[in-house]
Amino acid sequence: MRLFDRNQMAMTAVVRYPLRSSMLLVAIAIGVAAVLVLTSLGEGARLYVTSQFNSLGTHLLFVMPGKNEVGGLGGMAGSLGGSPRPFTLADVRALGRSPYIDTTTPMVMGGANINYQGLERDIGVLGTTHTMQRLFEYEMESGRFLPELDLDNASPVCVIGDTIARELFGNAEPVGKWVRMGDRRVRVVGALAQGGQSGGHDLDEAVFVPIAFAMQMYNRESVMRMMVEVTSDEAMVKAKKDVQDIIRARHFGHDDITIMDQGTILNTFNKIFLVLTSTLGGIAAISLAVAGTLIMNVMLVAVSQRTAEIGLLKALGARRSQIIGLFLTEAIMLSLLGAIVGVLVGYAAIEFLRYVYPLVDFQAPDWAVVAAVLTAVASGLLFGIMPARHAADLDPVEALAGN
Amino acid sequence: MIRFENICRDFKVGDEVVHALKDVNQHIEIGEYASIMGPSGSGKSTLLNVLGLLDTPDSGRYWLNGRDVSQLADDDLAATRQEIIGFVFQSFHLIQRMTALENVELPMVLARVAPAERRDRAHQMLSKTGLEDRMNHRPDQLSGGQRQRVAIARSIVMEPKVLLADEPTGNLDTQSGKEVLDILEGLHADGLTLILVTHDPVIGQRSHLHLRMIDGVIQAERRHQQRRPEDDSHAPV
Ligand SMILES: Nc1ncnc2c1ncn2[C@@H]1O[C@H](COP(=O)(O)OP(=O)(O)OP(=O)(O)O)[C@@H](O)[C@H]1O
Ligand SMILES: [Mg+2]
Repeated sequence: MRLFDRNQMAMTAVVRYPLRSSMLLVAIAIGVAAVLVLTSLGEGARLYVTSQFNSLGTHLLFVMPGKNEVGGLGGMAGSLGGSPRPFTLADVRALGRSPYIDTTTPMVMGGANINYQGLERDIGVLGTTHTMQRLFEYEMESGRFLPELDLDNASPVCVIGDTIARELFGNAEPVGKWVRMGDRRVRVVGALAQGGQSGGHDLDEAVFVPIAFAMQMYNRESVMRMMVEVTSDEAMVKAKKDVQDIIRARHFGHDDITIMDQGTILNTFNKIFLVLTSTLGGIAAISLAVAGTLIMNVMLVAVSQRTAEIGLLKALGARRSQIIGLFLTEAIMLSLLGAIVGVLVGYAAIEFLRYVYPLVDFQAPDWAVVAAVLTAVASGLLFGIMPARHAADLDPVEALAGN
Repeated sequence: MIRFENICRDFKVGDEVVHALKDVNQHIEIGEYASIMGPSGSGKSTLLNVLGLLDTPDSGRYWLNGRDVSQLADDDLAATRQEIIGFVFQSFHLIQRMTALENVELPMVLARVAPAERRDRAHQMLSKTGLEDRMNHRPDQLSGGQRQRVAIARSIVMEPKVLLADEPTGNLDTQSGKEVLDILEGLHADGLTLILVTHDPVIGQRSHLHLRMIDGVIQAERRHQQRRPEDDSHAPV
C-alpha cells in the first residue's frame, strides 16, 4: 500500500467520524496548548528577570567579601559566608588604580525611620556614591542625584524615591527640605522619577545617602559590596584579575572575595528558570499522556466499529502490517492534528497573556513547542499500537460477520 | 485447480463441538461453474470460507492452483487471496465512505497498483458491470443490485482465477438477482472459475457442477458436461 493511499484512507476515516475525531483533537490540543502556555510563563519570567539585569549595563563586576565557591546566587547575599576581611573605603579607593576600571561604587544597605513635620515612615537606606547613577541611569523628578563627594565625606544629604516624596511632602517640592533620619537631620537634594526599578531594587521606596554617612549611621567600618564599572567589555578579564590582585595584596595574600559578572548571575537565573520551565512543561505533558490513553480507547472503539471493514480488507488480501499501518496512521494523524490545533490555541493564549501583562515577554520556548508536538505524536503512536494490533489479529470470517 | 482431501472444520460453542465440515473430499477444475446448495447450517459458508482461505481447516489438505495451502501463514494466505481469489458477499461489504470507483480501486490500493492504472482498471470493471454512470456514487446512493455489481467489479479487478460468491443474490429482488447472476455467468463464460453458494434451485440447474451439502458433508455431486443450450441465454456482458 502506498504511503499516500494509506494517509488518504486514514484521513477519510478521520473525517468520517467527526465527533470521535474532534473529541480526541480537543483532548490532545488541550495538552499541547497547556505545555505551550505553562512553559511560556516560565520563559516569560526568565526573560523578565534577564531584561532587568541587562539594564545594569554590560560591563559591571559585582565584588563581595568572602569566598563563594559556587559563585552562584549565594554570593549575592553579600557577607553570608562570614568574611574574614570586609572591604574598607581604602579598598574601594585602591581599585581605582586599575587602568581597566572606570568607577567603583561601594554599597551599604540598611533600614531607618524617616520623618518630616510629624509624618514618618520606615524606609530602606542605600549608602553609595554619585557613580551609582551612571550605572543605573536613574531619572530625576527634581533636584539631582548624590553629589560627587570624597568617599569619607559624610555630608548629610539624601535622594528620595517617588513614593516617599509623595507620602512626606504631598505635592510640595521636597528638594531643599530637611528631614529626620534616625537621630540625624538630612537635607533632600533630589527626588527620583516614578517607576524606576533596577537591579532588583524598588526605587520608589528607596532613600540614597552618601556612603560615609550610611557607615556612620550604622556604625560600621566596612562596605557590603562594590560594583566595579569596567572600561570596556574586552577589559572584563583583566579588570577581574586586577580586582583580585589588588584586594589580595591588601588582604595579606588572602583570596577572600567573590567576583561576579552579569554572565554568571544570569547563568544562575537561567538555570533556575530552565528547571522551573521544564517542570511546568513536564506537568503539562502528563495531560498529553492522559490524552494518549484516550487515543487508545477511541481507537479500540474505532476498530470495533469497523470490524466488517477490517474483515473485508483481509479478504481483499491486506497484510497484517497494512492493517496495523492503517490504524496507526489514523491514530498518529489524529494526534498530529490535535497537536497542530493545540499549538495554534497555545499561541493564541500566549498572545492573550501578553496583551493582559504587557510588561512580561511571554513566549513558549522552541524546544517546548517541538517537545509538545513530538510527545503528542509519540503518544498517538504508542497508544495506537495496541488497537492496531488488535485489528490486525481479527479473524477474517468473524470480522466480516461483524463480530 | 482445487482439491480438498479429508477437510474437517469444527467449531466449539460452549462445551459442544459443531462439526461444520466432516471429512470433505472434493475436486473442482479450472473454469468450472460450481454451485453449492443445502439446508441452513449444513456448512456451505464454512466450505466457501475454507476455499477462499479466509478460514483454515482443522485437519485435511487443500491444494489450490497446484500448491498445498493448508499450512500457510497469515500473510501468505493474504497474498494468495489477493492473487487468486475474488469474493462476492451476500451483504456486499462495500465501504460506505467511499465511492463506487474507490471501492473498486481498494484491492489495487492494497496491492500498490499505480493510481492512474488503478483508475483505468476500475473504470473498465464498472463499465463491464454496467455502472459507467454510477462511478462516483457512494453505496448509499445505489440500489441493492447496483451495490452488488460494484462488489462484483471489485472482486474481479485483480483478475482472480476463482470467484467465490456466498448467496450473492440473497439480498436482492428477483430482477436484480437475475442481472447479478447474468454478470457472474458472463464472467464464467470468459474463463473464470465460479463457485456459488445459493438457495436458488434454478442456479443449481444451470451450474456445471452441482454440490449438495447436508450436515457438513457433500452428499451428492452432479456434473453437467455441458451447459444446457436453453440456459445459455445470458447476454455476454
Ligand atoms: N464461528 C462459528 N462459531 C460457531 N459455530 C459456527 C461458526 N460458524 C459456523 N458455525 C456452525 O457451523 C455450522 C455450519 O455453518 P455455515 O455458516 O457454514 O452454514 P450454512 O450452510 O452457510 O448456513 P446458511 O445457509 O444458513 O448460511 C452451523 O451449525 C453453524 O452454527
Ligand atoms: Mg451461509
